[in-house]
Amino acid sequence: MLIINCPYCGERDESEFHYGGEAGITRPGHPDKLSDKEWGNYLFMRKNTKGLFSELWFHSAGCRKWFIVDRDTVTNEIVSIKEISKKI
Amino acid sequence: MKKFSAFSILKEGLTGNKGWKPHWKSVEPKEEYEVIIIGGGGHGLATAYYLAKNHNITNVAVLERNWIGSGNTGRNTTIVRSNYLLNESSKLYEHSLKLWEGLSKDLNYNVMFSQRGVLNLAHSLQEIRDSKRRVFANKLNNIDAEWLDSNEVKKYCDILNISKSSRYPVLGATLQKRAGTARHDAVAWGFARAACNYGVDICENCEVTGFNIKNNKIESINTSKGSIKTKKIGVVVAGHGSVLAQMAGFRLPLETHTLQALVSEPIKPILDCVIMSNAVHVYVSQSDKGELVIGAGIDSINSYQQKGNFSVISGQMGSLVELFPVFSKLKMLRTWGGIVDISPDASPIIGKTPIEGIFFNGGWGTGGFKATPGSGWVFAHTIANNQPHELVEPFSLNRFYKGKLIDEHGAAAVAH
Ligand SMILES: Cc1cc2nc3c(=O)[nH]c(=O)nc-3n(C[C@H](O)[C@H](O)[C@H](O)COP(=O)(O)OP(=O)(O)OC[C@H]3O[C@@H](n4cnc5c(N)ncnc54)[C@H](O)[C@@H]3O)c2cc1C
Ligand SMILES: [Zn+2]
Repeated sequence: MLIINCPYCGERDESEFHYGGEAGITRPGHPDKLSDKEWGNYLFMRKNTKGLFSELWFHSAGCRKWFIVDRDTVTNEIVSIKEISKKI
Repeated sequence: MKKFSAFSILKEGLTGNKGWKPHWKSVEPKEEYEVIIIGGGGHGLATAYYLAKNHNITNVAVLERNWIGSGNTGRNTTIVRSNYLLNESSKLYEHSLKLWEGLSKDLNYNVMFSQRGVLNLAHSLQEIRDSKRRVFANKLNNIDAEWLDSNEVKKYCDILNISKSSRYPVLGATLQKRAGTARHDAVAWGFARAACNYGVDICENCEVTGFNIKNNKIESINTSKGSIKTKKIGVVVAGHGSVLAQMAGFRLPLETHTLQALVSEPIKPILDCVIMSNAVHVYVSQSDKGELVIGAGIDSINSYQQKGNFSVISGQMGSLVELFPVFSKLKMLRTWGGIVDISPDASPIIGKTPIEGIFFNGGWGTGGFKATPGSGWVFAHTIANNQPHELVEPFSLNRFYKGKLIDEHGAAAVAH
């Protein structure tokens, strides 16, 4: 069980949170202008990093805010946690 | 290679069992191979075996970073079935199931394939409809399938609790009688021995660390045991697919997660079929040693750790005890995890990659053990002919750019 330090509520058990996967994937502004390749990349292709990985978490049973966690996917060590700025 | 037979067992038994030889040889890699298979799990070893047997390509090496079978092959709960919903998947898995039926004989190695029947439980009206639909679809694809109502389920497995007062009562189940279990280690060892017998090199403790690609063509690879030349590579590394793809410079739609399993203390034979429930999320069978083999779904977070979260185990234990009150006093013996490569549509990705000479086989996620012989068969064909086998044409990486997903998730009981 991870202990996650929500930027808004402090340390809580992982069970209070919901996992959101890779951070920093922005929905393209004009999907109709994309090629199939670009659209497929956006929808499906993932970094799936082995090592330090930037990911989204949602405090679903708490403040219900999203934030970013940098976690090592091999050791589970959480290196940093930050709020989502307007542009990610 | 010494052929195994009742006679050889008798003879060795009478002469002190001194004549048994190692089943295969682990060797150092040579400078060059016609084909290199990366990953010494069941799928990689089966690929090497069928390259030799079906296509006469024997200048082949299987490179495994640990020891063969140390990945998901040796960690899985060994459920083998082919009752998938969609045509593409059911053809692929049924092709594999047919190979299982003759595998021990073909490999001259007892993989202990036991067609004890698999029940997929239904707990709601919608699940009854979905399950019946799957039974009809299976029948149209010539795959054995039956629908059992709750009383028939009780007859098939009399320790199952079908009480109407359960939180999620058992309302019926699909049954595939030809489905069952096999011995995972024996599958890795049997394919290794048979491939080795054709002259395939099996190199353990040999990790692939990079690709040398020129003009979009593979020329050689770097490993912890030096660089090796080759023009054709099959990447079959389960949870490490994205890591290898990144080395080669292409992208995959995979996410790696921990999948856990556990076994109970051994008890006398009590369960002679496999019971799976997608809705309450648990499945169970009994091994030949007497342990209950229990599993459920993946841990939610991306992870390359072969160790998972205890909450996942406690959840499935709750479901297990509700389905089988008789197991409530059993002690659990050990738990473990494997790292599985989950694809967006819960279907595998097999075929060419953007790099000429590099072929990919992965994304089997939580359910690839059942496909081991079939996957090796079609992948060997694909590598040998530079052309996807007809069964895997729909499973190309390209489907994610064409929107032609093979969306088995939820549609069928694809937990494992
Ligand atoms: C707990 C659990 C339960 C499961 N239950 C079932 C089930 O009941 N039924 C079912 O059908 N499926 C099940 N599965 C899924 C099944 O185990 C896999 O889909 C299947 O075994 C994959 O086989 P493989 O040979 O591709 O992978 P693996 O056996 O994982 O082999 C891949 C190999 O590649 C090696 N490798 C990785 N990177 C490198 C590198 N850089 N260089 C060299 N080698 C490398 C690894 O060490 C590994 O040995 C389960 C999986 C788990 C974890
Ligand atoms: Zn919070």
